[in-house]
Amino acid sequence: MAELIAQYPLLAALVALVGLGAPFGALLGFAAVRFRTEGNPIVDQINAVLPQTQCGQCGYPGCRPYAEAIANGEAINKCPPGGEAGIQALADLLDVEAPPLDAEHGEEKVKSVAFIREDECIGCTKCIQACPVDAILGAAKQMHTVIVSECTGCDLCVEPCPVDCIDMIPLAEGLQAWHWRLPEPASRNLDIIATDSEPTERAA
Amino acid sequence: MSLIRISSPHAHGATSTSSVMRQVLLATLPGIAVLTYFFGFGTLVNVLWACLVGVACETLAVSLRGHSPGFYLKDYSVLVTSVLLGIALPPYAPWWLIGIGVAAAVLMAKHLYGGLGFNPFNPAMVGYVVLLISFPVQMTAWAPPRGLAEVPGLWQALQACFLPASYDAVTMATPLDVLRQNDGLLMEDLWQQTAQFGRWAGIGWEWANLAFLAGGAWLLYRRIFTWHAPLAMLGALALMAALFYDGGSSASGGSPLFHLLSGATMFGAFFIVTDPVSSAVSVRGRLVFGALIGVLVYLIRVWGNYPDAVAFAVLIANFAAPFIDHYTQPRSYGHRKTGGKP
Amino acid sequence: MRRVYGFHGGIHPAENKHQSLRSPIRDAGIPPQLTLPLSQHIGAPSRPLVQVGERVLKGQMIAEASGYVSVPLHAPSSGTIAAIEDRPIPHPSGLSAPCIVIDCDGRDEWIEHSGVADFRDCEATELLELIRSAGIAGMGGAGFPAAVKLAGKPGASIRTLIINGTECEPYITADDILMQERATEILEGIAILRHLLRPEDVLLGVEDNKPAAIAALEAAAAGTGVEVVTFPTKYPSGGEKQLIEILTGKQVPSGGLPADIGIVCQNVGTAVAVSDAILRGRPLLSRITTVTGEAVAEPQNFEVLLGTPMQYLLDLAGFRPERCERLVMGGPMMGFTLAGTQVPVVKTSNCLLAPGVTELPAPPPAQSCIRCGLCAEACPASLLPQQLFWFAQGKEFEKLEQHNLFDCIECGACSWVCPSHIPLVQYYRASKAEILLLRRDHERAEQARLRFEARQARIAREEEEREAKRAARKQAAEKRAQLAAAEGGEDPIQAAIERAKAKKAAQQANGDTASPAPAVAPLDALRQKLAKSEQRLAQGREAGEDAKIINALEATVTRLQGKLAEAEADAASATEAETR
Repeated sequence: MAELIAQYPLLAALVALVGLGAPFGALLGFAAVRFRTEGNPIVDQINAVLPQTQCGQCGYPGCRPYAEAIANGEAINKCPPGGEAGIQALADLLDVEAPPLDAEHGEEKVKSVAFIREDECIGCTKCIQACPVDAILGAAKQMHTVIVSECTGCDLCVEPCPVDCIDMIPLAEGLQAWHWRLPEPASRNLDIIATDSEPTERAA
Repeated sequence: MSLIRISSPHAHGATSTSSVMRQVLLATLPGIAVLTYFFGFGTLVNVLWACLVGVACETLAVSLRGHSPGFYLKDYSVLVTSVLLGIALPPYAPWWLIGIGVAAAVLMAKHLYGGLGFNPFNPAMVGYVVLLISFPVQMTAWAPPRGLAEVPGLWQALQACFLPASYDAVTMATPLDVLRQNDGLLMEDLWQQTAQFGRWAGIGWEWANLAFLAGGAWLLYRRIFTWHAPLAMLGALALMAALFYDGGSSASGGSPLFHLLSGATMFGAFFIVTDPVSSAVSVRGRLVFGALIGVLVYLIRVWGNYPDAVAFAVLIANFAAPFIDHYTQPRSYGHRKTGGKP
Repeated sequence: MRRVYGFHGGIHPAENKHQSLRSPIRDAGIPPQLTLPLSQHIGAPSRPLVQVGERVLKGQMIAEASGYVSVPLHAPSSGTIAAIEDRPIPHPSGLSAPCIVIDCDGRDEWIEHSGVADFRDCEATELLELIRSAGIAGMGGAGFPAAVKLAGKPGASIRTLIINGTECEPYITADDILMQERATEILEGIAILRHLLRPEDVLLGVEDNKPAAIAALEAAAAGTGVEVVTFPTKYPSGGEKQLIEILTGKQVPSGGLPADIGIVCQNVGTAVAVSDAILRGRPLLSRITTVTGEAVAEPQNFEVLLGTPMQYLLDLAGFRPERCERLVMGGPMMGFTLAGTQVPVVKTSNCLLAPGVTELPAPPPAQSCIRCGLCAEACPASLLPQQLFWFAQGKEFEKLEQHNLFDCIECGACSWVCPSHIPLVQYYRASKAEILLLRRDHERAEQARLRFEARQARIAREEEEREAKRAARKQAAEKRAQLAAAEGGEDPIQAAIERAKAKKAAQQANGDTASPAPAVAPLDALRQKLAKSEQRLAQGREAGEDAKIINALEATVTRLQGKLAEAEADAASATEAETR
């Protein structure tokens, strides 16, 4: 046997490779069975990145269905509320190129909340049925109102309203929302005088 | 009346990057002077030509990146890189050798990575290693020191640099080279048999090292950098030399004092290891960084293939710097452990 | 002599304090109009209690606290309420916020007030309520409500009371002069705080660059058991966390409060305000503000009514606007620039700095970071500012938190030493804000997800219940059918199906298609909506519904008609334009 192998070096290599491959393959196969992960955590990870607006602009009935669709190969640029930042986060998570937002599904808008003009509301409960997060309070023939802290700004309630009394109001950009911005990148404001550039804006 | 609106603080200290760089340049002068005294005008010509090429490369790179070169030249960083490389190269090197080295340092090691502050490797050492690997013959030819041969004058130095074909170079092995090639002798024999050895180490080398030490001490006094990295490097080098020194055989690599005063030890400790951009950032990190370089220098000098090793040691430590940073984050105020939550 | 500890880092900027210490505190008087922002403190803005046109007396509460972390507001002088509206306030944004504006009548008429007879007879809760209703919010610059800090955490006993007279920022001398001139009042206030907290030690920390203040305090504190501790001048030793480390050698745990290690820290100005409130019944109406810088002729300290316009104060100090291109509230290290001179003095205005153009020159353009490490040496929180800068540029928020960005106290020492003049503090502020915003968004998304899932579950459950009912009915019907069949009668289910079929056929004959056309053009959608509304209106009228609903429906129909007309006109003009 040894002589035979010595005579044909090719045989030696073959024996060695098969000898290595078989046990390692068995080991891997065992590990795959023994340490199998339950469920599909990638869907949860994608869902955690999505803004949970539940607006359905992506064409799926809610964020989780879209997360499942993305896990199965759907495009990641169909979520306008998530915006470019959301697409970037998804791209990082899935390790793919970040495409621009698909305009077919809407544009990135300022964050807003629904507001019911309460003296016009007739109490039809249509908006309550439409709200994906149960953020509208009311009962039949009673005036309805939006729980602002729960509203995701999906505007699904606007269309069903028979008396057109729901407005989407942009969230305030006041003092509470103000914060310092990053300075302009160092290399960019070199050729201009420091005092004329952001953030050193001049105020009257 | 219009008022400026900017973020605090509104007061600023007096230090500036360009003043830091200027002081580093000043601190190299004693070393250059000693090198010039012992080995002639070669180093000076190296430095001046390197500066010229360096400024040209910087201007080119900055213009190509669409900025105005004036602003960038004012930080003097390119001069520091060029001067350090000029000092590190053997005197009487031909113009093209210096040119390639400086171009590699400025264009490749600095600007390809995004310019000052973004280079992961010490540019001068990258330039040096590129040359050492590409042109080993030219890079290991060092001039004999004063006393062993005629020291060339300024004219000869210029001729060596710009008309290398017409210059008849006299070269001699450096003491570290001598030591590496003879490992069956006693140190005493080496001292007697070869002319290059002086009082503690090589003639000229010992004084050049002391001059760089003096320049470094001045920078320490001016608080340009902290003592951690250079002292850790010197300490580690001395410790390694002491550990493996058996009292006299040349195979043991020489005494700690010999190592401290040989080759580029002091120059490296105070002018290369202290480059803040490519080194570790925290105090503990800089101690580790310096010590790693000290150990590597000894390993390569004694058991490696090259007579001196500062450049390789620094580049390897540059690789390790982010890793060192990760594990040496200092304990912040109000935290029990380093890094993360308390 | 108590042992004094050190803290990591710190810097020694030029002090520039002597300019404003040449004259004693000057009363700024009553300006014609006072503007009082409803939010001069950390926490919820206060709620106005007065109407426009109402006359108010000095010391009258004009806005109440609206929550636990909030303080009330009092009229600093008598007069009439001119307006309650948005006015520019001193804030780095330069934005406006709700303010109460008082037209002063100059009579300075006090409301009836009196202090407590002996505070030693009062319960702690009673004293806390008095401090709270006096509107006292940290006078050191942060503006945290004093009562909240003094109430502390239940169960945490206070071993050390620290009174902060450090005032480490250059230029500011408001606390210095207060300690020089009103040391007795400070000690009175400390006595009240001691009674309230019952600490073992009371330490009054002062930097050694204020010899006059130290002498005055030591004279006043003799025999009271309050220890005046002096320590070397270094910025930012006046930061609460740094002062605690200097005086006790302890560090406040990250994310915790000084109370967690048995310490409460209050400013000397707060001590004076407490003594005024308890002993004399005077709420917080004025404060001492340093007006300094080369752009004022006479730098000095003013006792100034809250709400006084900065312009009024600057004029008193001899403002030279031509020399000034930046106005800073607070010191040069942590203060913020003001958008204009009309903003009012608030409870946290310890200094108004009008530097000359050459005095504090605008920073040169930022150069690249060379990671020299000077910032890490200067950082009092032992952070690595150069790494934080690196991560802030790359928006690596996780790394930023790992490197303890939130332990940064924004003291500005790193920017001060930076040889490349990088506005580091701005990077940290922006990154902190962005991280907080992200966290909030994430919390909201999580909440929305939970609500969505709960709703889905509910819908599924209801569907299931309906299904179960239907199944039960079907079973019952089948049973009946079996019974009927057994009795030999007609199958009722079959009969019902027949009836339904007949009805559907009749409907189709009438041309009444139930399926709606897909909404394609917005015009069609509008038309459909209008038709729907009209139908609904007609139904409502037939059924004789509520007048309110009928009205609402009518209004909707008219509005939709208007919208439709508009849209049609638009479409017409569009097609016209196209044909042209």
